[in-house]
Amino acid sequence: MQVYLDNNATTMVDPKVVEAMLPYFSEIYGNPNSLHKFGTASHPALRNAINKMYSAIGASDADDIVFTSCATESNNWVFQSVWIDHIVNGDKNHIVTTEVEHPSVLATCKFLEEQGVKVTYLPVNSEGVVEAHTVKSFITEKTALVSVMWASNETGMIFPIKEIGAICKEKGVLFHTDGVQAVGKIPVNLSEVHVDFMSMSAHKFHGPKGIGALYIRNSQSLSPLMHGGAHMGGRRSGTLNVPYIVGMGKAIELATANMSEIMAKIRAKRDRLEDALLELSDTFVVGNRENRTPNTILISIRGVEGEGMLWDLNNGQIGASTGSACASEDLEANTVMLAIGADNELAHTGIRLSLSRFTTDAEVDYTISHFKNAVARLRNISSSFALQKPTAGGEVQECELHHH
Amino acid sequence: MAKADMLGASLWDAYSNKVTTLMNNPQHQGEIFEADAESRGHKLIVADFGAESCGDAVRLYWEIDPSNDMIINSKFKSFGCGTAIASSDVMTELCIGKTVQEAVKITNIDVEMALRDTPDVPAVPPQKMHCSVMAYDVIKKAAGLYMGVEASSFETEIIVCECARVSLGTLREVIKLNDLKTVEQITDYTKAGGFCKSCIKPGGHEAREWYLVDILADTRKEMDEEKMKLAADAGANGKFEEMTLVQQIKAVDAIVDENVRQFLIMDGGDMEVIDIKKGDDYIDIYIRYLGACNGCSSSSTGTLYAIEATLKEKLSSKIRVLPI
Repeated sequence: MQVYLDNNATTMVDPKVVEAMLPYFSEIYGNPNSLHKFGTASHPALRNAINKMYSAIGASDADDIVFTSCATESNNWVFQSVWIDHIVNGDKNHIVTTEVEHPSVLATCKFLEEQGVKVTYLPVNSEGVVEAHTVKSFITEKTALVSVMWASNETGMIFPIKEIGAICKEKGVLFHTDGVQAVGKIPVNLSEVHVDFMSMSAHKFHGPKGIGALYIRNSQSLSPLMHGGAHMGGRRSGTLNVPYIVGMGKAIELATANMSEIMAKIRAKRDRLEDALLELSDTFVVGNRENRTPNTILISIRGVEGEGMLWDLNNGQIGASTGSACASEDLEANTVMLAIGADNELAHTGIRLSLSRFTTDAEVDYTISHFKNAVARLRNISSSFALQKPTAGGEVQECELHHH
Repeated sequence: MAKADMLGASLWDAYSNKVTTLMNNPQHQGEIFEADAESRGHKLIVADFGAESCGDAVRLYWEIDPSNDMIINSKFKSFGCGTAIASSDVMTELCIGKTVQEAVKITNIDVEMALRDTPDVPAVPPQKMHCSVMAYDVIKKAAGLYMGVEASSFETEIIVCECARVSLGTLREVIKLNDLKTVEQITDYTKAGGFCKSCIKPGGHEAREWYLVDILADTRKEMDEEKMKLAADAGANGKFEEMTLVQQIKAVDAIVDENVRQFLIMDGGDMEVIDIKKGDDYIDIYIRYLGACNGCSSSSTGTLYAIEATLKEKLSSKIRVLPI
């Protein structure tokens, strides 16, 4: 058996989505901007996809939903264009975001800092969540944009977007949310929540990779990132990616129809898995379940380093994820893990398991069994559980540097 | 960056079979207890290095025969990734059968070499080389405990890059000998900074006492100062070809003032030195005539020859004078 539990990284494309996309490769392939019937043949499917997107997130007809290549593009677009529109060509100079955003937000902020923009990175509490009052206290008259993710990719924790939206509305500050981990996992209704911009990504909800979207409230102005042939009402140039837009529409339809029912099923499996893993001693899970995306577990296992654990899981055909610095290409400690800051150990022992609607009960059973075996093996090797104490003088106080 | 970098390498695929095998089934994982070692008439040394909170930790056990300082048995416990576990395993393997004095000479390079499947293919990808360094450190610590000395006393030189074991002295020498100007060049020449990258500049995986950027800047500064001093000496000794540009201009001006300018002024003209360019075969001195000299027919014939001959005689035979 092989088990894929890394659905916060990406998901399997639902076969129904593939089926919906297929006619738009070699049968209906015209450029939708063309006047002839080859071009216009795709219009009904595109219109349908657009309708599904609007209804899935509660967008009004006065709002824009612009298809992009990915959420990284959507995030870059908002930050870079707010910078151009309101900082370079305006009197603002400040952006507020959080320490735990996706790299596409944090790296763009670093770039803007190099251009002279002041950026405030808000801390998170022990649950890994930014509190609304914290956001409020950092907004100034110079603030051009507040950007807070709707749900965390690492922890699954859901942020108080409704409260933060209300604060931004009251203060008259633009509000962007990275909705990548929320859309398709929890109810997102923008008719009830004030958000100026929201980034989305199809491959997080069983759509294809390479297609994302940006929601823009009330068709408000935002300079384009991609200049060209004025597609999508001039919002985003580049020939419409017809099959992928159709795929994203189908995927969001499948993810949001009967969402409460689908999510209750995923959550039941998640809770069962989580309860079983917490039977192991010296473990803890980050964040209250009630305020978490229903598919996500970030569990810390004392004495078991994350990459080693991932290795053993992989040997058992289980795909998971770790925030351990040792598993990253550059050995950099994971910013999200450090920001939660319960203690440093989490940064090295955290394992993220993220389920999907395709995860089965049998897979959960298999994972529980294999996970426990892996923990037993690695704890048997681990110095954290050794019995013989070091020779006097051989102990370690804190992280020590290599000798010189 | 190039084609090979367009798709990031798979970390685990770059591990040698030995690393994979030992991670899956370490041979020397376990503990040795004090009472057991004593009952065999041996001394037990247990040393820790690293900590769970900093990402990797290792505990090394040595059972030593005090009559000849021989390490009879060795075990380890490790909180770490696959590479850390495999490195620790090979480290204990290398210790067994050696005296403490011999074991102290084991370096992380030895550990990494022992993990290779074939001698010229690295056992781990560059950024994982760091994980073998801990083996080196914990051995020094254990030996220090046994011999009753500080672990640092085993170090005879300052190691800047632990992964590639490159010393400060080596780095300074290589920078000077090869006239290195960038950190990338240092890595190409010495491998320092090519692995975990902590030693390149502050803010990496771990804090360091020495960073390549600083060593490069300091050494370059030292080299510049040496060069200036050489040039100053050359100037003092009148070696025109080795002078700095400023010294050369001053020297030319001094010769012109002493031997040429008075004659030009008598005719209502003057000249100035515009630039000096050093080539392999010639030193070209660009001058501009002022006043009556400008346009005077002899300025490109007799006067010019006189100026050039004087400068050649007084400063260097390579000199050419070019009016502009």
